[in-house]
Amino acid sequence: MVPLSLTVNGKPIEVEVEARTLMVDLLRNTLGLTGTHIGCDTSQCGACVVHVNGRTIKSCSVLAVACDGEEITTIEGLACDDGRLHPMQQAFADCHGLQCGYCTPGMIMTAVAIADEEDLLEPARLREELHGNLCRCTGYQNIVKAVIAGADAMKRSG
Amino acid sequence: MQNFDFHRPQTLAEAVSILAEDEGAKLLAGGQTLLPTMKQGLATPSALVALRAIPGLTGIRACDDGSLEIGAMTCHADVAASPLVQRLLPGLAALANKIADRHVRNRGTLGGSIANCDPAADYPAALLALDATIVTDRREIPADEFFAGLFTTALEDREIVTTVRFAPATRVAYAKFSSPASRYAIVGVAVAASGSAVRVAVTGAGADGLFRWEEAEAALTRDFSPEALGKFEPDPDMLNGDMHASPAYRASLTRTMTIRAVRTLLSERILD
Repeated sequence: MVPLSLTVNGKPIEVEVEARTLMVDLLRNTLGLTGTHIGCDTSQCGACVVHVNGRTIKSCSVLAVACDGEEITTIEGLACDDGRLHPMQQAFADCHGLQCGYCTPGMIMTAVAIADEEDLLEPARLREELHGNLCRCTGYQNIVKAVIAGADAMKRSG
Repeated sequence: MQNFDFHRPQTLAEAVSILAEDEGAKLLAGGQTLLPTMKQGLATPSALVALRAIPGLTGIRACDDGSLEIGAMTCHADVAASPLVQRLLPGLAALANKIADRHVRNRGTLGGSIANCDPAADYPAALLALDATIVTDRREIPADEFFAGLFTTALEDREIVTTVRFAPATRVAYAKFSSPASRYAIVGVAVAASGSAVRVAVTGAGADGLFRWEEAEAALTRDFSPEALGKFEPDPDMLNGDMHASPAYRASLTRTMTIRAVRTLLSERILD
């Protein structure tokens, strides 16, 4: 077992894990944060995207032990403590940016990461930027709409 | 995935000694190829030696002589976003921004990409065209010697890539016809120009992996224009055929990607 200390959604965590534990398994199985989904488990679909130090990664393709000392944010870390949704979550709800919802946590984590990069929000660029996130319902029109609306709401809410 | 020992050395010397003690140990850079490979059971290292904690392997700097150095552990996203790379080698920044997807680019590294030497990877084409120097913990290797075939490099046992150095006053453009799913190159062509010398490196297409297309180099050295290529295509017999593209199609794509890269370089010159 390998000792590991990291921060998850602002909370310091100390655990011992097997070296082979993937970040997504640490989050889901050890910490009970099942909002992060396993879609393909082969590094293609992006359902497992979380932030490491503010940057998106596929948690099915990163070892937990490779994130020692890092700050992890998952979909559970976005909403306010009082239950109010994060502006990007609200935008996905308002714009019908989800159908079955399986890809949604990864989509939203990706959307939040690119929301403050103005040039990425132009629709053609945005579609390119979402390349690492697959929606098997093929609901991309409304996902793109939601990301743009969510980014705008994030800017307005400061 | 089978379990393994995990090491986080703080120095290169420590990493080398761990590799010496355990023959089945492998280096872990960003892990964006290695981990999917291990999950499929195609690689079963007895230990992983993570390079992340070793200082000095990450970062981008311009040297006094105008050359550019990129640390082996620098991720693709940082190369793509670097103002220094965008100024000195905009074609390399553009290439980095087209590797896989943003999540992979946030984690995958330059050193990992070239040490793995996937025959459809993007970086090797640019490094070969630019005649880059691969610096390791023990020597400097010219790109012409470093890339030695499919998943094969000149790296010796326990040798660790630390930096890649790019000579000054060289320009590069990379054009890629990529798999729509993986974004690996079905054919990718890097064209580099340094004074009148032109080098053309092709990834994704060769049956034996990365290669320099010398016929195109000679033609473009005489006359740096798309027309100079005439009807040249590489010989399909030396190209790869698979579910994505036949050798003949790859030959045609190689020509088209070369023309696109030449056009990009010509348009940048006009803007200078």
